Amino acid sequence: MDKNLKQFNMMVTGIGGQGLITILQIISEAALNEGYDIKTSELHGLSQRGGSVEVYIRFGKKVYSPLIPQGKADLVIGMEDQEALKGIYFANSKTTFLVNKNIVPIPLKKPLKEKEILRDLKKISKKIFLIPAKDICKEKLGTDVVSGIYLLSWAVFKKIIPLEPSSILKAIKKIIPVKHLELNVRTFHFAQEP
Amino acid sequence: MKELLFNKPGEKLILLGNEAICRGALEAGVQFVSTYPGTPASEIGNIFFDLTKNKNGKGLYFEFSTNEKVAMEAGMGASFSGLKTLVAMKNFGLNVAIDSLLPFVYSGTKGPTVIIVADDPSCHSSAQSEENTRPIAYLGHIPILEPSDPQECKDFVKAGFKLSEQFKIPVIIRTTTRVAHQKMPVRLDKMVRSNKKIIGKFVKNPKQFITLPPRVLEMKKELLEKIEKIRDFSEKSPLNKIEKTSNSSKIGIITSGISYLYTKEALAEFNVSFPVLKLGFFYPLPETKIKSFIKGFKKVLVIEELEPFLENEIERLAKEANCKLEVIGKKLITEIGEMRPEFVFSAVAKLANKKYSLPKNIQVSVPKRLPQLCPGCPYWSVISAVKKAVDPDKVIFGGEIGCYMLFGNPPVNMQDYLFCMGSSMGIGHGIKKATGQKLIAFIGDSSFFHSGIPALINTVFNKSNPLVIILNNETTAMTGHQPHPASVGSETGIKIEDLVRACGVKNVKTLNPVNQEEMIKTVKNFLSKKDVSVIIAKHPCIFVAKK
Repeated sequence: MDKNLKQFNMMVTGIGGQGLITILQIISEAALNEGYDIKTSELHGLSQRGGSVEVYIRFGKKVYSPLIPQGKADLVIGMEDQEALKGIYFANSKTTFLVNKNIVPIPLKKPLKEKEILRDLKKISKKIFLIPAKDICKEKLGTDVVSGIYLLSWAVFKKIIPLEPSSILKAIKKIIPVKHLELNVRTFHFAQEP
Repeated sequence: MKELLFNKPGEKLILLGNEAICRGALEAGVQFVSTYPGTPASEIGNIFFDLTKNKNGKGLYFEFSTNEKVAMEAGMGASFSGLKTLVAMKNFGLNVAIDSLLPFVYSGTKGPTVIIVADDPSCHSSAQSEENTRPIAYLGHIPILEPSDPQECKDFVKAGFKLSEQFKIPVIIRTTTRVAHQKMPVRLDKMVRSNKKIIGKFVKNPKQFITLPPRVLEMKKELLEKIEKIRDFSEKSPLNKIEKTSNSSKIGIITSGISYLYTKEALAEFNVSFPVLKLGFFYPLPETKIKSFIKGFKKVLVIEELEPFLENEIERLAKEANCKLEVIGKKLITEIGEMRPEFVFSAVAKLANKKYSLPKNIQVSVPKRLPQLCPGCPYWSVISAVKKAVDPDKVIFGGEIGCYMLFGNPPVNMQDYLFCMGSSMGIGHGIKKATGQKLIAFIGDSSFFHSGIPALINTVFNKSNPLVIILNNETTAMTGHQPHPASVGSETGIKIEDLVRACGVKNVKTLNPVNQEEMIKTVKNFLSKKDVSVIIAKHPCIFVAKK
C-alpha cells in the first residue's frame, strides 16, 4: 500500500462479454488486499447484450463515489478502440489511455479508423499506449479471451496501476474459476515479458 | 457457493449492493423470500435461488413467483403466518404489486417484512419510464429507507426488519442502479440461520386481515397514528445524521442515497465544510430534525436525484422554521437522468464561490453501439421468417419487455410500440378494434405468465384478431435466465399451448422457428384469420441449451 496515494481512478470501456466485470473484480480484490478503500460501479442486464459497457474502479485512502467525476480518471483501459473514446469525458491531460488494438464494427456503421481514434484521444492526453493485446494473446496464448487480463497485468508491471503484481496474482487466483485459472496465470506472467 | 453466504463475522468482503442486501437479510434471520426478476434488482433472487436450491424448507424458503403482485402476496401470506419476510422487485414490478401492497400497509405485518424496490435513473436497464418509487410513500403511507452504498444496504435491511418488527408495518428499502450495482468492502456480522424446518402459524384475526368498510377506515386512522410514531422514531434514528464541523455556516446541504456520496466527494474536492444532513428515511421524514438543521441558514442546497420530492418537503418545513431560507435544488441540478458527481461539484462550487474548472471540452463523435440479440439467438429465426412472410410496412408490430425489445433496434426495425410487460396484446387489441390494420404482437414466455394471459383472453372475449407470437425460449433470459412455470426443467407440467387453448384460442401452433418454411407459412396463414391466433415459437435460449 502506497501511503501517499490519495486516490486512483480507473475506467474500463468495451463491449458486453469482454470480461470487464472480471477486471473490476480482480483490481478491487487486489486493492482490498493492499488495505485500500474501494468503490466500483458496473451495469447488468440489457446493457450487456453486445452493447457498450463502462465500469469504474476507484481505490485509495478514502473513496466515496462509485462513479469517477468528469475529468478525474487516471487510467482508461479500452478493450475496443472506438469504445476507448468514451474515456475522453473522464480524462484530463495526465490520463493514461491503454487501448487494445481491436476494432469491432458496429452493424450498419462504418467503423472509425485507428488513426482517427488516436487523433481524437491525443486531443486530451499524450499518454496513449496502443497494445495489440488481442493479437498477442491469440498468437502466444491461443485465445484472445484473456486480452483484458493481459492489459491489466501489463499495466501493473509497468506501474501504471499502483498495485503490486503479487496482489494482482493473488486476486486472479481468488476470482478466476479453477478450470480457467492456469491460462489466466500464464497470461499474467506473459505480460511481464518485455 | 458465493463467499457472501459463508458465515464470517468480522471479515470484510467486497460486495455488490444487491449482495449486501441478501447478506443483511440473512444476518437478520430472514425465513421467506419471494421475487420476480428485474434489473437492477435481479441478483437478489439469483443469490437466494442458489442458496435454497434443493434445500427449500430448511430454515429458509425462496421462490421466483409468476409476477411481482404474486410475489408480494406470497410475502404477505408468510408475514401473516409470522415469518420474517423479504420481497424484492424493480420499480415497474411495484406498479404490478401495488394493488396488494396498499391494503398490506393498512393491515400491517405479523412477521417483520422488508420490500426491496430498485429504481433505475437514466434507464440503463429499463424501457418504459424513468420511474421514481418515492411517492408510493405518500400514496400508501409506507416507510421508505434509502441506503447510499453496499454497507448501508446491509445495515438498512437489518434496520428495516427491526422497524417492521417494532411497528408491525412493511418497510420499503429503495435502491437505485448506482447503489444496487456499486461494490465496496462490507463488514460482515453473524448470520442467523437455522437448519430447522420453518413452520409458521396463521392465527385468525378478521380485525387485522379483512379490509372491509367500515373497519378499513379505522385501519387508515391506526396507520396514520402509526406513521407519526415512526416519525418520532425517525427523529432519533442514526439513519438520519447531521455532519457538522462548525456552527457558523450560513449554508447547509440536505441529501440522501447515492447523492450523499457525490456530496462528500464535492466537499472534499473544494475543501469546504458545509454542514450536511444525510437522510436515511425518505418517509416519514424527521421534520423536527430538519427544522432545527435549517434554522440558522440563509441557503440550503437539496441534492437529490430525479424529481424534487425532498426539496418540496424542505420548502414546506422552511415556511414554519425559517421563512427567509432560500431552498436550492432543481434550479441547479437536473431532474432527468441519474445524478452524477460533476453535477454536485458544480452546484457545491457555486454555493461556495469556488471555481470549478473542467478539462477542456473535447467534442468527439463516439459511435453508438446498441445492444443486440446474441449471435445464435433463436429470435433471429423468428425475425427472418416474419420478414419473409409479411410486408413490414403493412403490418404493425407490438413490442414487449424482454430480450425481444431489441427488435426495435436496427437492422431489425420491427417494433411500432413498446410499453410494459403484458401490454403488446392489450394495446394490439385496442389498435385492431380501432383500425382493423394487420398486427403482430410479440410476447415472451415469462412475460406471458407474468401478465399476458388476461390480455389474450380479452382478445377472445371481445373478439379481435391480432397474430400473437409467443417467443418461447424456455427461460427468463434478459434478467439472467431465471426459471418460470414452463422453463427448461420445470416440473409443473404446464404447457403454454394448453394455456392458450384454454383461453379460447382456436388457431394455435407450436413450432420451432428454425424451421423457416413452416414458420413463414403459419405466419401468412394465421394473419388472415378472422379471430385471434397464436404461434408459440419454441426454441431454448442458447445459454439454456448450453447448460
